[in-house]
Amino acid sequence: MKRHLPAVGRRGFLLGLSAGAMLGSSRVAFGAGPEGDSRFVVVLLRGALDGLSAVQPYGDPAMAELRGPLALPQPGEEGGLLDLGGFFGLHPRLAKLHAMFTANQAIALHAVCGPTRSRSHFIAQDMLEIGAEERLASGWLNRALAGLPGHEEGANRAAFAIGTDLPLIMRGAEPVGMYAPSRPDRPAPDLYAKLMEINHADPLTGPAIEEGLRARGFTAGVVPPAEQRGGFVELAAAAGRLMTAPGGPRVAALEISGWDTHSGQNGRLRGVLGQLDDGLDALREHLGAAWARTAVLVLTEFGRTARVNGNAGTDHGTGSAAFLLGGAVAGGQVVADWPGLGAGRLYENRDLMPTLDLRSVTKALLRGHLGLSPSAVDAAFPGSGAIGEKTGLLRA
Amino acid sequence: MSHTARQVLAAGAMTPEGHIAALRFGLGPRPDSPPPGAPRAWLLAQIEAPAEVVDPPLDWEQDPTAADALAINLLDRRNQVPPGQRPRGAVLYDAEIRSYLGRLLTTTMPFRERLVGFWANHLSVSARDSGVLPLVGDYLRTAIRPHVFGPFGTLLKAAIRHPAMLTYLNQDSSVGPDSTLGRRSRRGLNENLGRELLELHTLSPAAGYTQADVTEFARLLTGLTVERIRDPRGTIFRPDSHQPGEKTIMGKVFPPGEASIDASLDWLAIHPATHRHLALKLARHFVADAPPPAVVDRLAGVLHDTGGDLGAVARELVALPEAWSTPLSKLRSPHDLVVAALRAMGAGPEMAQLAGSAEFALGQQIWFPVAPNGWPDVAAAWIHPEGMLLRLDRMHAVSGRFMRRDAKEALELTLGPLASDATREAVLRAGSNREALTLLLGSPEFQRR
Repeated sequence: MKRHLPAVGRRGFLLGLSAGAMLGSSRVAFGAGPEGDSRFVVVLLRGALDGLSAVQPYGDPAMAELRGPLALPQPGEEGGLLDLGGFFGLHPRLAKLHAMFTANQAIALHAVCGPTRSRSHFIAQDMLEIGAEERLASGWLNRALAGLPGHEEGANRAAFAIGTDLPLIMRGAEPVGMYAPSRPDRPAPDLYAKLMEINHADPLTGPAIEEGLRARGFTAGVVPPAEQRGGFVELAAAAGRLMTAPGGPRVAALEISGWDTHSGQNGRLRGVLGQLDDGLDALREHLGAAWARTAVLVLTEFGRTARVNGNAGTDHGTGSAAFLLGGAVAGGQVVADWPGLGAGRLYENRDLMPTLDLRSVTKALLRGHLGLSPSAVDAAFPGSGAIGEKTGLLRA
Repeated sequence: MSHTARQVLAAGAMTPEGHIAALRFGLGPRPDSPPPGAPRAWLLAQIEAPAEVVDPPLDWEQDPTAADALAINLLDRRNQVPPGQRPRGAVLYDAEIRSYLGRLLTTTMPFRERLVGFWANHLSVSARDSGVLPLVGDYLRTAIRPHVFGPFGTLLKAAIRHPAMLTYLNQDSSVGPDSTLGRRSRRGLNENLGRELLELHTLSPAAGYTQADVTEFARLLTGLTVERIRDPRGTIFRPDSHQPGEKTIMGKVFPPGEASIDASLDWLAIHPATHRHLALKLARHFVADAPPPAVVDRLAGVLHDTGGDLGAVARELVALPEAWSTPLSKLRSPHDLVVAALRAMGAGPEMAQLAGSAEFALGQQIWFPVAPNGWPDVAAAWIHPEGMLLRLDRMHAVSGRFMRRDAKEALELTLGPLASDATREAVLRAGSNREALTLLLGSPEFQRR
C-alpha cells in the first residue's frame, strides 16, 4: 500500500490543479527521470493471439496441411504474406509493422510462451503478468519499477497504465498512474477536496482518489480532447504523447483484446490485427524523437492449436508469437529456435512447441534497455534463475 | 417516507444488523424497503417466498421465449435492417435490460435478486456475441432465476442447455469428428464449453483434470446444439453429430448418447471439487475477498451434506457470524454501487436506462462481461485511480438528478450506524443538499457492502 500525503500538501495540490497549473503541478507529481531516458511499453494481447497466423512459417512443409483454410497465400501472391526473410511471413494486415521490420525497427519472436503451460486464459494471463510460475500479489512490471536507476521510493510516477482498468502486470507496491478517456459532469474542485478528505483514511479508496486526481491533472494538459475517446489506436496515441511530455512516465502498459478466435478466425483476425497495426504505428508517431530510445514488447498469454478446428478457428494452445519494436531494438530479424510443425514436433501433438520463455526476453530488456541491476531483475522475476537473458535483441 | 418505514428505521438504527442485511445481502435500502427490524427473518423469508410477479418487457404481452429470440435473430440476419431502424434483436435486448434493471431498482426481495445476479455471473454469458444478445433476458428468466434455491445440478443443467450458453461458448458448432456429420463435413470439435464448464462452472483447475479430460468432455457434449431455422427453435440433441464411443473424464466412464450429458453434469455438480469451488465463490461474495478457510469449509460442508442444495447454502450464509461483522469490507462493484445509489434516492423503474449508462461508464456494462469467468468479485479488480474518480463523478451525476432528496434522511436510511463520524459530519455540514448527497454517495462506507 502507498503512503498518504500529509493533509496540507494534499489540499494545496488539489487547489493548484483547479487553478489550471497542470504541467507545473504534475512535474512534482510525476518527477520522472531526465530527458533522454529510455522508454518501455508493454502491449498485452488478451485472449491468445494465434501466432501461426500473425507470423506464418510459410516455409514449414507441414504448415498447409495442418492449417487448411487458415494458411494465407505466399508472399508475392495476391493478399499474400509480407515476407520476413524467406521462411516466415507477416500477416498482410500488419503492413505498418512490416515497414518497421524493413527499417530494422521490429523483431518478430516465435515459439514463445509465458511461465505456465495452462490453457486457461485466466491462469495464463495472470502468470504472464505476474512473471512467475506461482501466484504473487504483484506484477513483474510493477516490481521492475522499484529497480529503475535513479528511482527514489515514492518519488515519482514512472509508469502509466493506459485504459480503464489497472492490469495485474502493473499492480503492486510501486505507485502507478493511469490514463482513461475523460467524461463530463464532474464535481467542483472543492467538492473533490471534501470527497478526498472523507476518503483519506481509507486504505482502498483514499490512495485511488489521490492518485486519480494527480493523473487527471497531468493528462488534461497533454492529451487533446479529440483523442480522449478510448479505442486502441487513440489510447496508443495518448500513450505516445504522455510519454514524451515533460515529466511524463517512461513506462506504460496497454492492452487490446479480441484474439480468442475459436471460429471464423481469418475474418476476426483481420479487424483486430489492423487495429493493433494502426495503434503501434500511432505510438511510434507520437513518441517522435523518443522512438529512437524506445522498446515496445507485444505479447500474449499463449498460442492456439496448430491444427484448424472444426469451425475454421483454433482452440487454446501453447507456443505463440511476440513482437519487439522501437528504435532501441536490433530490428529486422525473426528470433526463433524453430521447433517445426511436422509429425512428432508439436507440443502434446496439438500445439506449437514453445522454445523460448518470454521471461528471457523481458529480463534482457530490463537489464539492457532500462538499466536494472541483476538483483533488481531477479526481484522482478523471482525464481527465474535458470532462465538466461536473451542476447542480440537490443542495438549495441 | 411512510410512517411505518420511519418506525422500522428507528428500530434498525440501534443495531447495524438491519443495515448489514440490506447492504451486504441485499441491494441497498430504498425509502419503501428500509433496513429490516428482524434482519435474519427478512432474509430467510425471501428464500421461501413465491417469486415476485413482474410485467413482461416493453412491447411484449408475455415474456419473450428463447424461441422468440432465435426467430428474431434469424429475421435480423436474413433481412437487411432498414436504414434508421435498429435490429429487432437489439430492441428486444434493450427492453430486457430495462425490465431487469428496473426490477433491481425497485425490488422488495433484494437478497433473492443478489443471488440471481451471483449465479448468472457464475454461469456467465455475454451479449458481446451478437447471437447471444437477444437470448440473455430469457437465460436469466428461465435458466437462472427459477433455480437459485434448488439443487446446483438443476441450475447447472438449465444454464448449460440454454441456447445462450451453447451459442456463447461455441457448443452449437462443435461436431464429433467421427460422427456421421463429422465424417461427411470435415467439421470437428470445439472445446470451448467443455473447458469452461470444468474450469469455471464446476470443478475449477484445483481438481487437477488434464487436457485429455477437457477433450473427452468436449466429445461427450457433441450433439448438444441449437436449432435456429425450423420450429420448434431451441436446444436440441443431434445424434448425427454426436461423437461415438465411451468417454472417460477423470477416470469416470460415460457411455455414448444424449443421456450422458445430463449424467455428467449431475456428476460434476456434486463433485467435492465443485462444492469447494462454489463455497469459495459464495464466501468471497458474502464475507470477504479472501474469506477465512473455516467459512469456506462450512459452506462446502453444507453443499456436500445436502447434495448441493442452494437454498440450504443460502440459509447457511445468513447464519454465518462472519457475514455480519463490521466494518463491511466488500467493495461494491460498479453495478452494485449504481443500483444502491439509485435505490437510496428512491428511483423508479424508469431510471433503468440511467443505471445502464452509469454502469457502462464505470466499466461494467450490464450483461456484457469481458470473458466467460464473468465479472470479478474482489476489490483489487475495481479499485484503481481513474475508476475511483469516475465513481465520484457518476455519484455526483446521480445527486444532480435527485437534488431534492433529503440528504440527512438518505444518510440514515443507507448507512445509519455504519456511517463514520467524518462522513456523517461532512454530509450534515455540506454547503448544499446536492453536495451532501454527493458526499454520502462518494463516502468510503457507501463504496462498501
